[in-house]
This record gives sequence, C-alpha cells and structure tokens, in this order.
Amino acid sequence: MSYFNAVRVRADVPALTRVINGHPITYLDSGASSLPPRTVIEAMDEYYRLRHANVHRGVYQTANEATDAYEGARSAVAGFLNAPGGGEGVVFTKNCTEAFNLLAKSWGAANLKDGDAVLLTEMEHHANIVPWFQLREHINIDVRFIPVNDDFELDLTNFDELMKGVKLLSLTAMSNVLGTINPIKELAARAHQHGALVAVDAAQSVGHLPTDLQDLDVDFMLFSGHKMLGPTGIGVFWTRPEILNGMPPFLGGGGMIADVRTDGYTPATGFTRFEAGTPMIAEAVGLHAAVRYLEGLGMANVHQHDRELTIDAISRINHQFNGRVKIIGPTAHANRGGVISIDIDGVHPHDIAQVLDESGVCVRPGHHCAKPLMKRFGLAATARASFGPYSLVEDTDALLEGLQRAITFFG
Amino acid sequence: MSNLEELYKEIILDHYRTPRNRGELPPPASKTEGFNPLCGDELTVYLDVKDGVVADIKITGHGCSISQASSSLMSVAIKGKTLEEVREVLSKFKNMMTLEGDVVDLNDPANRDVLRSLGELAALQGVAKFPVRIKCATLAWNTLSQGLEEN
Repeated sequence: MSYFNAVRVRADVPALTRVINGHPITYLDSGASSLPPRTVIEAMDEYYRLRHANVHRGVYQTANEATDAYEGARSAVAGFLNAPGGGEGVVFTKNCTEAFNLLAKSWGAANLKDGDAVLLTEMEHHANIVPWFQLREHINIDVRFIPVNDDFELDLTNFDELMKGVKLLSLTAMSNVLGTINPIKELAARAHQHGALVAVDAAQSVGHLPTDLQDLDVDFMLFSGHKMLGPTGIGVFWTRPEILNGMPPFLGGGGMIADVRTDGYTPATGFTRFEAGTPMIAEAVGLHAAVRYLEGLGMANVHQHDRELTIDAISRINHQFNGRVKIIGPTAHANRGGVISIDIDGVHPHDIAQVLDESGVCVRPGHHCAKPLMKRFGLAATARASFGPYSLVEDTDALLEGLQRAITFFG
Repeated sequence: MSNLEELYKEIILDHYRTPRNRGELPPPASKTEGFNPLCGDELTVYLDVKDGVVADIKITGHGCSISQASSSLMSVAIKGKTLEEVREVLSKFKNMMTLEGDVVDLNDPANRDVLRSLGELAALQGVAKFPVRIKCATLAWNTLSQGLEEN
C-alpha cells in the first residue's frame, strides 16, 4: 500500500529547512538535481560509520556486508524498473552521461559500421548527442534527429522514412526542458519492426513516472541517481543481459577481469565487465534507500502530484501574466511532466533567476544542455522551474511573486 | 540599498533597455565573437581602429542585462580612445571585477581614483558581489581584448 503526502515528504528532506536571503527555500530545480530525504542520507552515513569495506573478494564479515549492500542495491534497482533478467543487466556508472558514453563507446563501437544510422530527437540532452558525434569521428555513422513540432512534441510524420538504416533509436522519455513525455512503448515497437534497438534516457522520468521495462520493451535504459532522490556519483546503465554479454569492455582495470597475464587479459562476463575499479558503494547504498523511498510513495502518486502542481502552475501563469510569460512546453493538460520552462520577453532568464534568488526561489536559467532544442525554438536560454515529490502549491506562489517582481523590475 | 538594487543600478537598466552602439561595421573593421557557453550568451564586437584610435565600435548579440549593459557601457567608454587608453580601461575594469568580497572600499584613495576614472563603468562594481554574474559582465571585455590582439 503506497501513501503520498507532499507535506510529509517535505518534512523528510533536511535541505528544505534552509532559509535563503531571509526566506524559506523554494526549491524548484529538481530537474537538475533532486533533494535527498533523510533515509538516503542516513543509509550512506550508517554504511560509512559501521559497514564500510571494499566489495567483492573480501572474506571478513564487514566486507561481506558491504558486498551484500552493493549487490542489494543492484537488485533493488532492477526490481524498481521491473527489469527482465533482474539485476544481471544493471551496470552502475558515475552518472547518466557516463552511461551514454558506455552505450556509444562499447555497444556502438562494436555494433555500428560505416553507413549505419543512429536516430535521436531534437529534444535530447547533450549527453545523448555528443557521444554519438564522438563515435562518428571513428565510424562513419549517420546521426539523425526526429524533429520537434510547434506543440513541443515529436513530429513523427516521417518516422518510418527516418528509420531507414537505423540500428539504434536513442531518445529521452521526458524532455528536461519542455516536460514533454514521449510515447516510448509505441516508438519502441515501431523501431523494433525496423530491426533497430531502442535506448531510453530516463534521467527525467525515472524519479517521476512509473517505469516498467517489461512493458516498455526497450533495450537500454540510462539514468542518474541524483534526479530520483538519490546521491550524486551514481548512475545506471541497464540493458538485456544477452546484449550486455556481447558488449566489449569500456573502462579497464581491477574488478572487470576474469584473468590477467603478462601477454594479455580476459574480461569478466556480465555487469562485472563494466565496473572497473572500486565502485561507488556508499552511493549505491543511498540509491537503494531512494528506490525504497519512492516505492513507498508510489510512482503513480508521484506522477499525479507532479501533474496537479503543473496544471495549477501553468494555468496561474497564463492567467496572471496574460501571455507576457510564455511557457516553452506542452499545455497544462497534455500528458507532461513537472518541468516548466518560461520565457519573458525583455527579461533574460539569468535576470529572472537572479531576482527569484533574492526571495530564496531556486530555478535554473540557461540552455539546459539542450542547445539544438533551444535553437529549434529560437531561444538562447529559458528559466526552468521543476517540481519534486516535496513540492507544494506554496512553491508556485513564491515563483509567481518572484516573476511579478522580475517583470516590474525590468519593465 | 538592497543587493538587487546594487547589482541592477539604474544606469545598468538604462543601458540594457537602450543599448548604445548596437549594430555591425563592414570590413575592414575587425569582427570578434565571444561566447559564454554556460548560459548561452553571444556577443560580436566590431572594431574600426584607425591610426591607433578606436574610430568606431559596434556590438551585436544577446544575453542578460548585465552582459548587455556591460557591452554598451564598454562601447561608450572606449569609442574615440587610443589603443593605449583602451588597454588601461580594460585592465582597470578587470581589476574591479576581481576585487574580492564586498563592494570596493571607497575610503581607500586608490580605489576612489580608479572608480572615478572608470566613470559610468563603476556602476558595474556591484556585480563583483555576485560571483556567478562576473562572467556576464566580463564577456564583452574579454571579446574586446581578443579583438585588440587580432588587430
């Protein structure tokens, strides 16, 4: 039985007790990084205080406990995603960006050849663009983009045409700028009909929407821990175990080998092959606690909470500012996430964010690592407010007051 | 004065709303582009240097109020100046932006003289209190500096 009470969630997050410039903090930057609840912080603290040892190969009791904690996190993540093959397909990385580099530089380098195409979308984060351009420096692959239409959704008119020669469709489940939620299950089925594999950037979605890998039927899923109430320094690369076993090693060193000789080495199999060196044990423990916390809330409830806040915020912005404050993203009632990018004619996003900071309101100005998308809409930057499970309508109140002040100030 | 008012002095808002010397200059004027990759600000500085004097300067681009006002104030400050004078203003401005901590101590005669010599540019001193905004204020100046080297 899941429960959800945002006021109680808020009480669980120590960082929300901060007072900034004389105002209680209004944290509207969960799209960049979410704030961990106490259970996440305490789990990592307890691990370091009582159970820390290096994982694997240890014989003594605390080394076994550390190994159990690390591997327990892997199983918990697999369960959270309903991953086919369980924890066997879960590789821990530094962050979502490293997971994409693993995808491009291991799977991509081994499976793509000259003339093959990779299909992305115009709403991708740079993490799902740059590694493909880097791979293109070595293999003559074609990197294509599904356009975004004026309703801030993928323009699928020429999808089947674009899929010709495509070996991998790699796209975001939810735009970090627009809040658009993409039809992953439908696109995965269509891409599979073309014989392509499908990779999903779940950085924005995994902490905000229910995720069921068996239902989505995708081949790769990549995300970071710190956008789902977990710590920084850990990300997840998931793929089907049979695909993982066919991928060459990425980083080399201790831990990822089956054998090392003076004439060469043999890599380990499975996820071990991709986890070179001492892994992020405490971060895995923290991520495990974050997974448990989100499961306790219920992901459908978290999504519903985001939706209610988003519908309320967008309609109030439209009503109060009468078009002066433009929302760069789908309308309130679309199936969208709790990310609201705004553009105010004559007031630069940096200045909006500066005025908001004066009253403790945290939003993010900039291109949000999605420059092709910014260019598509003729913008250099937006100011972005994004919700978390601890966000309240009071946060929106503070945002609107701040926006009014910014407009008054800059005229 | 609140922190915000210190940052956004009236003169800065005026130069932001009504930027001076906007536009382009045809060759042989030099053209130098500057970017702030973190926030997406872009600036192009056109410099027409004749006989060691900045005969004309024009600026295009987009960015926040601080970067736009700073570029406008800069264009006014250096237009008609000799290259030697421009380099001196440039160095004084950068010095003002790197002064640590609080607003420049006006009781220090050395600072008073520097600020007086900077004229309207001194309005930007409040930016130094907002470390993440310093790069906004210095974008135009770094671009100018690059343009002078190329000239």
